[in-house]
Amino acid sequence: MKLKIALFGITKEIVGQPELELDAPTEQSVAGLMDQLREKYPALRELTSFAVAVNSDYAADDYQLHERDEIALIPPVSGG
Amino acid sequence: MHIELTGEPIDVAAVLAMVEDDGAGAVNAFVGTVRNQSTGKRVVRLHYEAYDAMAVGQMRRVAEEAQEKWPMLQKVAVVHRKGTLEIGDVAVAIAVSTPHRAESFAACQYIIDTIKKVVPIWKKEEYEDGAVWVAAHP
Repeated sequence: MKLKIALFGITKEIVGQPELELDAPTEQSVAGLMDQLREKYPALRELTSFAVAVNSDYAADDYQLHERDEIALIPPVSGG
Repeated sequence: MHIELTGEPIDVAAVLAMVEDDGAGAVNAFVGTVRNQSTGKRVVRLHYEAYDAMAVGQMRRVAEEAQEKWPMLQKVAVVHRKGTLEIGDVAVAIAVSTPHRAESFAACQYIIDTIKKVVPIWKKEEYEDGAVWVAAHP
């Protein structure tokens, strides 16, 4: 399946664009997606941390992704 | 409850006015401003980027959590800025009103501390010789 992933902050700079379209296995979890991204963009491994948001909320590692999910990478936040 | 993410300068007096309540004996506010240095480097300006929909949702959740922890909380206002900010600009303003002062300090601190941990907003510090996304790397 094709996943669309929104990128922010440092992850936008690492990937070089604000949105990424990725071919993922039909059964892909959040943890699996994170591994897939670390493989494709090794610079992600150097971050303090990063999380995945699905439909505007933090997603658990075992959440199974769907093609229509609104996915975003959340690098370490620094608001306030 | 007033929750807002804005590209415009924050009017702190207006944020304080949002929590006025006849049942409140205390109004407590936190105002975060742009500092001119960070870890010994001179900061020229800051750039805040936000995942808008989620940022507003998370700010709302934090304010709701504060209301659960301190049920006497009368009103809450949280306004966060995004975009380019100059030294001295207000980045975030939080105001709460409660019957007595102790809870107003505690609730206000809880809200700013939690916002800094969970809300998807990212700060890029611009120096004279470059720029860095804050907290991105260990």
